[in-house]
Amino acid sequence: MTDFVHPALLFILGAPLIPLLKGTIRKAYVLLIPLLAILAVLTMQPGSYGAAQFIGQEILIAKVDKLSIVFATVFTIMALIGMVYALHLTRAGQHVAAFVYVGSALGVVFAGDYLTLFLFWEGMAFASAYLVFAQRGEQAIRAGFRYLMVHITGGVVLLGGIMLHAVATGSLLFGPIEGEMGVAAYLILAGFILNAAVPPLNAWLTDAYPEATVTGAVFMSAFTTKTAVYVLARAFPGTELLVWLGTVMALYGVIYAVLENDCRRLLAYHIVSQVGYMVVGIGIGTEMAVNGATSHAFAHILYKGLLFMGAGAVIHVTGRRKLTELGGLYRTMPVTVALYMVGAFAISAFPFFSGFVTKSMVVAAAEQDHRALVVLALTMASSGTFLHTGLKLPYYMFFGVDRGLEAREPPRNMLVAMAMAAVLCIAIGVFPQPLYALLPHPVDFEPYTGVHVTESLGVLMFTALGFVVFLRALDPENTISIDTDWFYRKGARYFMWLAEKPLARYEKAVSDVSETVALPFLHGTARAGLQIDLNGVDAAVNGVARSILRGGGALRRLQTGVVTHYALAMIVGVIAATLVFAVAWR
Amino acid sequence: MIKRIVDFFGDEKYVNQRRRLFYLVLVVVVVADFLVHREHAQYLWDRLPGWSAAYGFGSCVLLIFVSKFLGHQGGLMRREDYYD
Repeated sequence: MTDFVHPALLFILGAPLIPLLKGTIRKAYVLLIPLLAILAVLTMQPGSYGAAQFIGQEILIAKVDKLSIVFATVFTIMALIGMVYALHLTRAGQHVAAFVYVGSALGVVFAGDYLTLFLFWEGMAFASAYLVFAQRGEQAIRAGFRYLMVHITGGVVLLGGIMLHAVATGSLLFGPIEGEMGVAAYLILAGFILNAAVPPLNAWLTDAYPEATVTGAVFMSAFTTKTAVYVLARAFPGTELLVWLGTVMALYGVIYAVLENDCRRLLAYHIVSQVGYMVVGIGIGTEMAVNGATSHAFAHILYKGLLFMGAGAVIHVTGRRKLTELGGLYRTMPVTVALYMVGAFAISAFPFFSGFVTKSMVVAAAEQDHRALVVLALTMASSGTFLHTGLKLPYYMFFGVDRGLEAREPPRNMLVAMAMAAVLCIAIGVFPQPLYALLPHPVDFEPYTGVHVTESLGVLMFTALGFVVFLRALDPENTISIDTDWFYRKGARYFMWLAEKPLARYEKAVSDVSETVALPFLHGTARAGLQIDLNGVDAAVNGVARSILRGGGALRRLQTGVVTHYALAMIVGVIAATLVFAVAWR
Repeated sequence: MIKRIVDFFGDEKYVNQRRRLFYLVLVVVVVADFLVHREHAQYLWDRLPGWSAAYGFGSCVLLIFVSKFLGHQGGLMRREDYYD
């Protein structure tokens, strides 16, 4: 057996076959491929594969090391869970898009050079956009185009950075960016943090994810931001800027989540917040911090997938997505509630759930690095995470006011997928060692200390107290929140308005001025010109003509017809010309 | 079993039991925080038992009111047809 089967190839080459298969065979096939991919990841050996030359540059299709294996492991597991969740779909389109999307994400994770990385990077953007378009509503299609527009812009920025980097270093190989941060490094960083949804480049995520299909959003929640975390961990560990961006990000998502009424948009804001922890970890850059970021990405993909599946199940069953329209579903959907809550406890970092053993590693790394402010900010974000995902969302979605909605448990495949993710969330929380063993650096961290458990529970339970006390203040409101997408949604409109109204008015004013002032002036000057022409110029011309006529008569008398006179006149002329040249010209 | 647990958190008739359980948990958490062994306290607040409870409550309240303030007074929250 070979050492390495590229799991991206399994998905991407496997995708075109899906529409050709029918019924049970198709279902078996879309599960078989992720299973094979998991197997491929588990059996692969670290090393470099697929080295080649392309336009005189070294290309490395796959570079396998511990960091890429962690991400590939969770990506393939999530692909399997996501496919189980989407198994009831009858159309092949979304399956194909999901396959290409997962394959591209895996392609990025193994990319050994920037060119390969960029190709898969763009593949991810296009494949995932389909998952938004597949929702088909007008709102979704608009959001899909905005999503594509932002990602294509980000891709161009990234490509620009890659080109400058290649010119400067002479190599396209993908690795830590060393030395001073130049323009190239900043452009690459900008491309990466756009996909990581770092504010102010976060709005594409919270704009598009809630508009995607129920099953598509589950995939989207897992891959784009986490490949960005991976590339950041690969290229920019220890970049101070990322610590602060990540800290802001963790709180930014939480603050917006308070205002949000759309259940999946609230969860999307918590992706921003959670990815903030990972970005902080990468920014700190110590072994423990990078381990923390990596393990948190691993745990995050599973619990966030689970939360999106839970909210998706509610949307699938009720057709509603706004918290102001939901409530009282716990009677009819108890299993969904229970599974959702496992995800909620995991993201909130309750002991014995996955978030507890991963998030704490990032916070501990910040503590070890003497960053008190970061520690406090991240702890506050943890409180906010439980407040929304663990309390507000389930309260208003499943409990709260009973809206008398007709509901039932979702299709069994959805419940099975949620159960798979839930089992992993608990398993990682209870037995963190297998995950720790996967991490890129050796782990010297024990999450289950007495202090850590009581402190976490203190923060969480008293957040719950705050929730109970101020419940009324949290009631969802029928509004949307302005985020940085304002600039291309409203701002673009203002630009168009500017083009249509003031500019058009300016243009009209200019033409008015020319009609009322300039044209009469021109007419007047034209008439004056005519007068001058007739009286002055013509008279002068006529006078000149008359004198020439007279001169001609006089000259006629000079025409003697004698050759010697002419020759004499010519010689006189030549001498005169020579004299003029000699005296005047010099 | 799952249904019974979920019902416990939802049904009106368990409201008193829920409340008592909740207060019990709060007390246990704070008491445990006083009893737990603290090895290396790096920051001042690490040495304060009950700090995390106070910080958790404070964070929660702060987040709710700062966000709502930004939403209402800061103009972040708009009508749903704002972009239409």
